[in-house]
Amino acid sequence: MKILIQNGRILDPISKTDGIKDVLVENGVITAIEEKITASADQIIDAKGCWVTPGLIDVHVHLREPGYEYKETIKTGSRAAAKGGFTTICCMPNTNPVIDNEILVEYIKMKAEREAIVNVLPIGSITKGQKGEELSNIGKMAQAGICAISEDGKSVMNAGLLKKAMKYANMFNLPVLSHCEDNTLVGGGVMNAGEMAERVGMKGIGADSEEVIVARDIILARNTGARLHICHISTSGSVQLVREAKLRGENVSAEVCPHHFSLTDEAVEGYDANTKMNPPLRSAKDVESLKEGLKDNTIEIIATDHAPHHIDEKNCEYDRAAFGIVGLETALPLGITHLVEDNILTPMELIEKMSTNPAKLLGIDKGSIQVGKIADITIIDPNEEYEIDVNTFASKSKNSPFHGHRVKGKVKYTIVNGKIVLNDGELI
Amino acid sequence: MLRSKDILGIRDLSSEEIIHILETAKDMKERIENKKIREKSLKNFSVVTLFYENSTRTKMSFALAGEYLGADVSDLGVATSSVNKGESLVDTGITLDQMGIDIMVIRHSMSGAANVLARNVKASVINAGDGVNEHPTQALLDLYTMYEKKKSFKDLKVAIIGDIIHSRVARSNVFGLTKLGANVVVGGPSTLISKNMECLGAKVTTDIKEALKDADIVMGLRIQLERQKGGLFPDLREYRDLFGIDEEMLKYAKPDALLMHPGPVNRGIELSTEIIDGPQSVINEQVKNGVAVRMALLHLLAEGRKNNEDIDSEWTYTRPYIQNRWNQRCIG
Repeated sequence: MKILIQNGRILDPISKTDGIKDVLVENGVITAIEEKITASADQIIDAKGCWVTPGLIDVHVHLREPGYEYKETIKTGSRAAAKGGFTTICCMPNTNPVIDNEILVEYIKMKAEREAIVNVLPIGSITKGQKGEELSNIGKMAQAGICAISEDGKSVMNAGLLKKAMKYANMFNLPVLSHCEDNTLVGGGVMNAGEMAERVGMKGIGADSEEVIVARDIILARNTGARLHICHISTSGSVQLVREAKLRGENVSAEVCPHHFSLTDEAVEGYDANTKMNPPLRSAKDVESLKEGLKDNTIEIIATDHAPHHIDEKNCEYDRAAFGIVGLETALPLGITHLVEDNILTPMELIEKMSTNPAKLLGIDKGSIQVGKIADITIIDPNEEYEIDVNTFASKSKNSPFHGHRVKGKVKYTIVNGKIVLNDGELI
Repeated sequence: MLRSKDILGIRDLSSEEIIHILETAKDMKERIENKKIREKSLKNFSVVTLFYENSTRTKMSFALAGEYLGADVSDLGVATSSVNKGESLVDTGITLDQMGIDIMVIRHSMSGAANVLARNVKASVINAGDGVNEHPTQALLDLYTMYEKKKSFKDLKVAIIGDIIHSRVARSNVFGLTKLGANVVVGGPSTLISKNMECLGAKVTTDIKEALKDADIVMGLRIQLERQKGGLFPDLREYRDLFGIDEEMLKYAKPDALLMHPGPVNRGIELSTEIIDGPQSVINEQVKNGVAVRMALLHLLAEGRKNNEDIDSEWTYTRPYIQNRWNQRCIG
């Protein structure tokens, strides 16, 4: 199978390539990147006006399988990923049962091999059953192929146990993806604590509940030498804590979700639970800090926290509704619309945060579009404008607060291991 | 004429709508007091009360308001309904909608529950208290009571004392009073009051004397024992000594100040018995006014429904409201 991509704007953060070129893919590998390639091909893609980028990588996805297949499956989640331009996704372990042993890791890999159309990398839980009591089979899961450990959905509240987990994970060179939330400070909150919570009369989740754990985990990582990655950073104070840790030279990274830099807690007015997520949508000041963090590279990764939920879990009382929104199919346009168009990031920097840096965190040979690399490629039309319509989502769930939002930037082609899985915007 | 098919909160009402409701309530109060002039203007209208939380006065007040106007009023006994089998609020609402209910009155422990119901049904929804969000009909009856006695809201000083942070009554009153030109001071222990109330236009203080000083209206709020168990204050004795209002404390307010309370009162804790039963107290009057205000609301909503057969095109629905708001925020 030969694919020739013509006249696209190549964006490769590793080689710092930014120019109009052709790309030739043969048998799953990039074999040429030149100004004009004349070779024949099975499919020729006219990428004029489009970005040709390394395939996007999402380090934070919930695929819900096993246990919650009515919300999403490995198959449907991977299709949503392909539609969003992602060629590799990492699935969080808060399934039922929890991914806390090698058998479940093997199960995910087997299902992914059979049914997924993008690369799926499982993440193992830190503690058995995510109960926060004893370590999961981290070593056996590492052998079976997990890419990281995380207790996502909650923090390991026992600091001593987390410290042991960090030390233990170091043996296997696994990053620790930390969901930062002190549950003693959450107090039943459902949205950001602040003026909007006061207006709509709902219990707030203060910034301190996140920042206390960010600070704790940075200290533990310093002492253990662990590779700490802060998930879905959402507050001004957290950004500052990570910035200071980096200035001290510590091995800490952070991710932000598109919804946290695109919306503020003002969106909660009206009580539509599609605005309910954890951490919650924050204040305008926090959003500014997140953007500053992206700009000065305190935050080097954009991840979706794709969290599918059934409509009944959202069309209900706000307090009762599930936390989380789907994100795979809106991440790129939100990045282009809110970051590139607003001159927060250059196109190259956006792609670096959505592909190259996630690959670095995971330690995988991806995130670059160069000769000899496996052909995971995304082709994006950055100028196409449209209204987000949840009814067009490939995800099984439609819980997005962005329905009806006008955005810029559409994924046209997704190529995984040299195979086209999204062809001119249509899934194959 | 009201702009929306629902009454979800004072926050959504304009000052003109509030005054219109209060003026209508004046007429309704006469009907309560003079049985001869009671009109059955709501004949063939169906009203259902859905109370997911316990209530005596609000539920009874709605039931009587409906009956005085000739409506068919029924109560969904939540504890004995399919809700007990796990039926969702939305499904319960849709079921009642299919049965032809015109107006649903809902009380719920979760903020925004009335909004969720309203955007899923064609019936008009009245919020009878949702979580810590709003209790618009209580606020309207409080406003009516002040309006009747003080004639104007302009520069009125209203002191609301007690558990502010958990009080939907306080919040609805702040929304309403500030819209109408009154000055509101909220006072209580720092763990039961949020500084963010200032963003709603109220002054916040933990000094009760400062709150009461020269007040035209003093409103006490009920203290719930479970707050103490939750560690928000040490015990009721300390609360009464530091934040309770008695005859001595009431002297800080103007001599003709009105004493109000949404009830039920913990006698001797937030208010002393002497002042509850004293000459400045209008607590019992509030109860009667509650029926008048609820009659006014049922009357106005029914009038709106009669005038808007095609309510889809004429009335403001919550869903498009949300959608429009989001589109305004959207870039591009």
